[in-house]
Amino acid sequence: MSSLQSYLLLSALLFSIGLAGALTRRNAILVLIGIELMLNAANLNFIAFWRYGPTPSKLTGIMFAIFSISVAAAEAAVGLGIILAAYRHSKTTDLDQMNSLKG
Amino acid sequence: MTAAFLILATLTVAGTAAAMGLRNAVHCVLALTVGFAGVAALYLQLDAQFVGFTQVMVYVGAVAILAVFAIMMTHSPTPVPLPAYSRHWLAGSIVAAAVFAVLAWAIRAGSTSAPCLPPQPGISVQQIGDALMHRYVLPLEIMGLLLTAALIGAVVIAMDRKEESK
Amino acid sequence: MTQTLDQIFVIAKAWLLGYLPVAARPLASAVLCVIAIVITFPLLFAITTWLERKGLGRIQNRLGPNRTGPFGLFQPIADAIKSLTKEDIVPLTADHAVHFLAPLLLVAAAFLAYAVLPVGRNMVLVNLNAGVLFFFAVGSVVELSVFMAGWSSRSKYSLLGAMRAIAQMISYEVPLVLATVAVIMQAGSLSTVDIVNQQATYTHTLPHWFVFTPWGFVGFVLFMIAATAESNRSPFDLPEGESEIIAGYYIEYSGFKFALFFLGEYLGMFATSGMAITLFLGGWAAPFSFLTWIPSYVWFFLKLLALIGFFIWIRGTLPRLRMDQLMNLAWEFVLPMALLNMLVAGVWHFMPHGLLRWLVCTAIVAIPCILLAAGLKRKKKFQVRTYQFAE
Repeated sequence: MSSLQSYLLLSALLFSIGLAGALTRRNAILVLIGIELMLNAANLNFIAFWRYGPTPSKLTGIMFAIFSISVAAAEAAVGLGIILAAYRHSKTTDLDQMNSLKG
Repeated sequence: MTAAFLILATLTVAGTAAAMGLRNAVHCVLALTVGFAGVAALYLQLDAQFVGFTQVMVYVGAVAILAVFAIMMTHSPTPVPLPAYSRHWLAGSIVAAAVFAVLAWAIRAGSTSAPCLPPQPGISVQQIGDALMHRYVLPLEIMGLLLTAALIGAVVIAMDRKEESK
Repeated sequence: MTQTLDQIFVIAKAWLLGYLPVAARPLASAVLCVIAIVITFPLLFAITTWLERKGLGRIQNRLGPNRTGPFGLFQPIADAIKSLTKEDIVPLTADHAVHFLAPLLLVAAAFLAYAVLPVGRNMVLVNLNAGVLFFFAVGSVVELSVFMAGWSSRSKYSLLGAMRAIAQMISYEVPLVLATVAVIMQAGSLSTVDIVNQQATYTHTLPHWFVFTPWGFVGFVLFMIAATAESNRSPFDLPEGESEIIAGYYIEYSGFKFALFFLGEYLGMFATSGMAITLFLGGWAAPFSFLTWIPSYVWFFLKLLALIGFFIWIRGTLPRLRMDQLMNLAWEFVLPMALLNMLVAGVWHFMPHGLLRWLVCTAIVAIPCILLAAGLKRKKKFQVRTYQFAE
């Protein structure tokens, strides 16, 4: 197994760990953290392909990763703001209890 | 598969698995920080220094702190501690395992004669800056707009609305 | 002769490495530099504790410690023995693992920051291409350790202190970085060695330090304000002021862990001062071209001692800021000034050299300050103080 495949396997593993967390945790903030982890795994994929790709001097992978990090940070901020607002309304962060649109 | 890669990969996977598995939310975020640091070290291993340092600064220095603040502000001690996992944890785990199985199969089925490691690109920050200002200037400006909108939006959403109801 | 004295540590390291096989040399070189840093800066920390207590004492019209040794010079040793032999009390409900790891993380992050500071000519541990970014990335890890300390103690005071400290640190991190961006724009590089090399030239015996330009001076002032807030030092030490919140986030720490927090905080202060010296004050460069015979590391440490003395002076002079005053200062004054400073640095770069450049840049920077001062003065009427109830 080549180096590139080991990096891709690692990023696939991180992605599935993040997905497992996002699907199984109750606390809304931990679900958001799982999503951040998935984004990190995708970034790792980008950088691995950039490094092992034909033209590393074109910087495409790095650019994608930089923009992805910025978007992820913005999304984390907005997501946590939404969680705070939802907590203020329903007094809990338990996602299993936030299952009705009314009230 | 050098020793450095194995150590960093183990550290990262351990950190992220702990982040998704631990019961206490603050412990989860601290383990996640270890995972982020591991990913940053992997970026450094892949000769992407700028991205690695940006990862530490943004994720460890900002996103983790934000998550910790949110946990603090939404922490209401209940008489009986809530269960950590949702009712449908089994379905979620099976789906995640299936996703990993498909991805791993796709990766292994790919070409095993991958090219050997290209020589070190030696990317300087100057080149990244040039690229950002010339070829990628439109995404940069859109990113600025997006960050401004996210900043204002997050403040508005999370603002205390007590003065409205009075 | 002066060259040898200047490069004496580099020559000594090369001589020591000559005894090792070639394969082990890079690792051994790094280890030697790390040993040098780990010896020098805690020693400087010990000297600074003495200097601070003496300095504060004299500012407050009292003698500092004067019993332990001549002029109290052995006070740091006494302090070290005390903190090492004190009982290590951990609260029963505290989170033991996180409680233990918090001071370690703080000290580790503070030490990491010294890797990119050029202490002398050719004397930097690693010349990273993105050195300044590395420095700020490591600095942002400190906030996490502050939170760990405050939360793991499971005490209301410590949690409150930690929240305040983190809010203050993230608020002042943005102006800190923005003040640096102006320097980076001018220097064209994120490498600390390049930035210092650009300032190490002279015209007619006057140095090219960035602090002697309009944007550099304002940038330096803003950087120092933000650095004082980042290290939680007076006048921004509400999260840890003794009369406010009884030591804030490290209230439940005693003995050696407390000493580690103290060490980490001071190391952070030295690192930020070192970065200010590198960015604005010319690093290891001498102030005048006829003084370059004094070794470069001597100049770096002299400037570092001057900045430390400045920190101590400010601590003894200015009253503490309240939390909302502190945050207002960050978001409403320091941040807009830092943005304006970036604009001025850009204007400076593109205008032709000459007097007009100086006048325009100084005007752009000085006019908001003058307007602000005038606006603030208008609200207050300075008059003889009258006492309402104490007649």
